[in-house]
Amino acid sequence: MTTASSADHPTRRDFLYVATGAVAAVGAAATVWPLVSQMNPDASTVAAGAPIEVDLTPIAEGQDIKVFWRGKPIYISHRTKKQIEEARKVPVSSLPDPQSDEQRVKPGHDQWLVVVGICTHLGCIPIAHEGAYDGFFCPCHGSVYDTSGRIRQGPAPTNLPVPPYTFVSDTKIQIG
Amino acid sequence: MSGPSDFQPTNPALKWIERRLPIMGLMHSSFVAYPTPRNLNYWWTFGAILSFMLGVQILTGVILAMHYTPHADMAFKSVELIVRDVNYGWLLRNIHASGASMFFFAVYIHMFRGLYYGSYKEPREVLWILGVIIYLLMMATGFMGYVLPWGQMSFWGATVITNLFSAVPYFGESIVTLLWGGYAVGNPTLNRFFSLHYLLPFVIAGVVVLHIWALHVAGQNNPAGVEPKTEKDTVPFTPYATMKDMFGVSCFLLFFAWFIFYMPNYLGDAENYIPANPAVTPAHIVPEWYYLPFYAILRSIPNKLAGVIAMFGAILILAFLPWLDSAKTRSSKYRPLAKQFFWMFVVVCIGLGYLGAQPPEGIYVIVGRILTFLYFAYFLILLPLLARIEKPRPVPNSIADDVLAKSGGKAPMVSAVIAVLMAGGLLVGGADSARAAEGGNKPPAQKWSFSGPFGKFDRGAMQRGLKVYKEVCASCHGLSFVAFRNLAEPGGPGYSVAQAQAFASEYKVKDGPNDQGEMFERPGRPADYFPSPFPNEQAARAANGGAFPPDLSLITKARSYGRGFPMFLIDFFTQYQEQGPDYVTALLQGYEDKPPAGFNLPEGSYFNTYFPGHAIKMPKPLNDGQVTYDDGSPATVAQYAKDVTHFLMWAAEPHMEARKQLGLQVFVFLILLTVLLYFTKKKVWANAH
Repeated sequence: MTTASSADHPTRRDFLYVATGAVAAVGAAATVWPLVSQMNPDASTVAAGAPIEVDLTPIAEGQDIKVFWRGKPIYISHRTKKQIEEARKVPVSSLPDPQSDEQRVKPGHDQWLVVVGICTHLGCIPIAHEGAYDGFFCPCHGSVYDTSGRIRQGPAPTNLPVPPYTFVSDTKIQIG
Repeated sequence: MSGPSDFQPTNPALKWIERRLPIMGLMHSSFVAYPTPRNLNYWWTFGAILSFMLGVQILTGVILAMHYTPHADMAFKSVELIVRDVNYGWLLRNIHASGASMFFFAVYIHMFRGLYYGSYKEPREVLWILGVIIYLLMMATGFMGYVLPWGQMSFWGATVITNLFSAVPYFGESIVTLLWGGYAVGNPTLNRFFSLHYLLPFVIAGVVVLHIWALHVAGQNNPAGVEPKTEKDTVPFTPYATMKDMFGVSCFLLFFAWFIFYMPNYLGDAENYIPANPAVTPAHIVPEWYYLPFYAILRSIPNKLAGVIAMFGAILILAFLPWLDSAKTRSSKYRPLAKQFFWMFVVVCIGLGYLGAQPPEGIYVIVGRILTFLYFAYFLILLPLLARIEKPRPVPNSIADDVLAKSGGKAPMVSAVIAVLMAGGLLVGGADSARAAEGGNKPPAQKWSFSGPFGKFDRGAMQRGLKVYKEVCASCHGLSFVAFRNLAEPGGPGYSVAQAQAFASEYKVKDGPNDQGEMFERPGRPADYFPSPFPNEQAARAANGGAFPPDLSLITKARSYGRGFPMFLIDFFTQYQEQGPDYVTALLQGYEDKPPAGFNLPEGSYFNTYFPGHAIKMPKPLNDGQVTYDDGSPATVAQYAKDVTHFLMWAAEPHMEARKQLGLQVFVFLILLTVLLYFTKKKVWANAH
């Protein structure tokens, strides 16, 4: 009896099973979406990540400050002439992550270096004004960055990233 | 779990594992080859439904714990932020909160099924007792979970329930202090309840494993109550029981989704949208509906210790059921007297549930005592007596005989389902009517564009309402859970991001400290929340004649009124849940210049028809022409009241449109799935009948 009936309508029976299984699978997949999506930053965190403005007037030449944007430390360095020269002297092709200093600052504002102060190796915060290149030195695993925030030595694979920012005026930048 | 399995995987890698850990054999013998009686009806799918619900609760609970803050000052807010800001946070919370009710609903059916078919009788005593333990653990878990949002009902529920232990002679006070971790319910209490609420579900899961193990040793009971004798009496668990269970779960999901997407607050108490306040007890402390019968028993006994003993005894007595009922016949189908008394017992339980929600006075107390007596009499007098005097009808020789003898007869099933639904409704309605008698007139029902399954907010009304809030209400009332960015979010008042930004910049927001360590004021940003008019509650009271103008973020959900019988039942089907908005609108228009003769209005109060007790500290806030509308809507109190309520409804539930939209999609999907599962199940079972 069993075999006879399924042999008579093999396709209809299979279609029902496949359709049910497929619909159930779609439902399961759709259920996973909100369960995973909730892990992303919530709306208040996203809203708090809005651009910030930083006044540059208090930063003297040779000094730098650390500000926080989206929970990340941003180094803003007011570089000296010597530091800028050092950064531009080195042949770009000799760098592990070739990038010219001009590409990393805003035209006409050469003295201001703005970088995300997170080592590209494993996320520690490099110390400013340390290391062999007068730039940044990461105490965790010994990565050394130069006065343009470019990687020169150590395990870090890339330069310190430059966050999106614009000069609102000569003495004010907006990060984000 | 029923002896060594002959299952052997063919894949060599699996074979290698199986020789060292026979887990596939265990799964195969437990959930595939396991013989299940072929005459099980749909009441037996509630085991699968309960396992499913435990999984749902653990999954959503673990996720909610990722976003929740167990601190007395932050818990309420963190729950609101989950609902408002976390992606699908509103969905997860609704699932978890109504999931608790669904879990209990299913467990009660499961228990009554066991009671009716004698599933506790030899050799299933341990199986049954494990079930009672699971039920006790569920009650503890559900109670502690209800405390976590730290609303008024959470706080006062925690106070009342922990105080039960103060009835213990000599050590009572010390036990309660130990439970609290302080001199009153407070932050330490919340912290430990959170910890235990996270722990206990896993304990439940562990006991469920034992429960299933015991089940698979003794084998499932069945409607005929006779043990399987030959192979003809059983079918393999997979696909037969699996498909049937999946169909059952799918039907249950339809019921569940109705609450999640359309009636998320139907089973809750409006009072719990008011943050916990240790200084004010709500007028009616009512536990969640699933505790009501036991709450009624507690209140029926006029002695504190005896009441507590009776309440716990009412649950523990279940564990002794296998010995109280010594009748040889298992299924009540063949016990003409037991069958009738069973249904009477169901009515007694529902009656107790109804009384648990009523004020403990007058006739309710007397009926409560009678029903409490009947509850215990069923177990202690009736069941032992029936076992001796009842003449059971002959049981079928075998399960196969029972299946053959069956002549259609689905009617009892249908009527039982209706009875169960009515009972659930009655319990909920009981909770509802407890809120009724609070001395305010019932507000007239309004027409709202956001009501019903396809409801949407009216952008114009919300924008006008925002204007009324800003120009009138905001001078005394905060809106602290609403951020300016919300004004530009989908489902909101429909402003652009730039408009929301401009709106925010009109406000001064306190920020700091700056580099000098000083606080400063700056223009508002979209990420800022509406600033509150007063720095703290004391300042608010000092400026308002001792009254504290409540924050309006949740006011339309935190106010309600009793709907009464039979409206609350109709509400379930019409999805009416606009008690809050109806009340707020009515209140704003309910001022009378002169109180009616004989009404003694206290100094500094105003007469309001709809305010509970009628004496409100807020002077008449709205007058004709007070706010200028740009869109030509009438500048009347009635229009203002409706508009600002409309806006506040959105403020209380900014994702309502998303909820109802997703609800529609989920229902279309679930109906399709249920229909497909029904036919698949039918096809699978066609071979077995």
